[in-house]
Amino acid sequence: MKGNEAIAESAIRAGCGAYFGYPITPQNELIAWMACHMAEHDRIFIQAESELAAINMVYGAASTGIRAMTSSSSPGISLKQEGISYAAGADLPCVYINMVRGGPGLGSIAPAQSDYFQSTRGGGHGDYHVLVLAPKSVQEAADLTYIAFDLADKWRMPAMILGDGLIGQMMESVALPEYKEQASLPVKSEWSVGQMEQTHRKPHHITSIILDPEELERKVRARYERYKKIEAEEIRFEENGCEGADIVLIAYGSAARVCQGAQQLAAEQGLKVGLFRPITLWPFPYTELERISGSGKPMLVVEMSMGQLIEDVRLSVHDRVPVSLLPHAGGVIPTEEEIFERIRQIVNGGIQ
Amino acid sequence: MKKTYAHPESLIKVQTKYCAGCGHGVVHRIIAELVDEMGLREKSIITNPVGCAIWADLYFDFDSVQPAHGRTPAAASAVKRILNDHLVICYQGDGDLAAIGTAETVHAANRGERFTTVFINNAIYGMTGGQMAPTTLVHQKAATAPLGRDPEFPAGMGYPIKVLEMLATLQGTTYLARGATDTAAHVRQLKTYIRTAFEAQMSGYGSTMVEVLSPCPTNWGVSPVQAADMVAEKLIPYYPLGEIKNTLPDNFLQRTKGGAQ
Repeated sequence: MKGNEAIAESAIRAGCGAYFGYPITPQNELIAWMACHMAEHDRIFIQAESELAAINMVYGAASTGIRAMTSSSSPGISLKQEGISYAAGADLPCVYINMVRGGPGLGSIAPAQSDYFQSTRGGGHGDYHVLVLAPKSVQEAADLTYIAFDLADKWRMPAMILGDGLIGQMMESVALPEYKEQASLPVKSEWSVGQMEQTHRKPHHITSIILDPEELERKVRARYERYKKIEAEEIRFEENGCEGADIVLIAYGSAARVCQGAQQLAAEQGLKVGLFRPITLWPFPYTELERISGSGKPMLVVEMSMGQLIEDVRLSVHDRVPVSLLPHAGGVIPTEEEIFERIRQIVNGGIQ
Repeated sequence: MKKTYAHPESLIKVQTKYCAGCGHGVVHRIIAELVDEMGLREKSIITNPVGCAIWADLYFDFDSVQPAHGRTPAAASAVKRILNDHLVICYQGDGDLAAIGTAETVHAANRGERFTTVFINNAIYGMTGGQMAPTTLVHQKAATAPLGRDPEFPAGMGYPIKVLEMLATLQGTTYLARGATDTAAHVRQLKTYIRTAFEAQMSGYGSTMVEVLSPCPTNWGVSPVQAADMVAEKLIPYYPLGEIKNTLPDNFLQRTKGGAQ
């Protein structure tokens, strides 16, 4: 399956009850899969008139307690930021997919990681975070999508899958997760709208407006207390050969995939190269990376952006070790050889 | 003894934030009365707009969803498709509906979404302080049109949009009516329109919209009495009252005794 299709099918299996999308390359297989298969399961599918409409349909759907999702690529995700900020402000769980393409502006349609800042710093206006999961393969894209719905519900906040054109378009074999029964999904009647007559409860209001500054601050601070718990409980990363390595590569998603190849090239030349791959980009594995920096060995950040991931790496290691950057932009994918060459230069005492 | 007039159950007994002479209160009351009369208090959801009516959740004793400015029809589409046996009321002002949210309005109408839009047209931006709205009349003054709305270039401010007439061309719309709050007779007529739209919605018809020509004395800079007169003398001649479109089936209209006046 293509990554886009695996994500779509995994979302259906995770119990996604409503999907709203707007076409944009390179995620078009995802909306097409949903158009074909959501109705088969009696789920809601709407091709929206814009990304703005799609994310606000998600907002409305999530308000009823249903598992809701949208997907897009960089320029479309920029448009969705308003609605995502509202969802964060109204504590609505939802899932959205970003198959990142080269930017800024309309940019290219080739795979990129240049939405890292937007993804990990909230993205829209106001103080908030979203959960960010970055898969490196089609299998992981399916697995993380499945988990994203659980995390969004557990923490009552938006969760995003940060892929790129490569993850979305690449075909790999994938083992799909089990179908979840709607009845097995988390109950949200404590805050969701609708079905009031079943319990004769007080009305529920889904809103992000709080005009009183002190009250709004209390609400935001409470949310940040929740974020602290998430930072303690939900960090995910993969560590490969970092102990005793001469140099540690740091990369996520597609870039990490290329780094694996560079690691093998280096091993053939007798160099010990570690690879640290954050899977959750927010929360970011700061502490884990700090621990690895204890070896004092240099680090090389490989990213398909112009120095975004490296900021979190440097925040982790506090300049205790030299951190170099191998950036690419516009949709250019680094090659194994290029990464290996840079590794060789650093290890041999060349550039840092 | 039978009580013939009372405060609607669906309307919470609080003082509203609305100015004296504002039409929102009248429309809120009509909605609350209809929700009570139709026995739908526990099956109603209002999607409230950004604008003066953003606090609709303070006034209506049923569920609410408050989306981003202009995106109300998108959110209401999703809410109604999921809770399709509920009464979903998409409450919007002229800026929300006919400026920033035009695309959402047109496309929800075109899809024939089965919620009802109650569209408050007071020809001005209320909450932000009297700026020109898409429905501001030609020559009407506003904070951003200090010399009056001038469609001619170089000002190039465009013409007031007749939303219902525009939406009437779409196959997805079945019931589009325009009422006003300036007189008791118009208020009674308005209630009939909103009732027809609500009943059409609950019978599975879409899309339905009722526009309300509503006074805004504060931002028009006149007294409440003068504002009501302005609705009659300025707004109604440009925005004709009545059912602009009614393609609801005859058997529905006979059953509900709603529709044509």
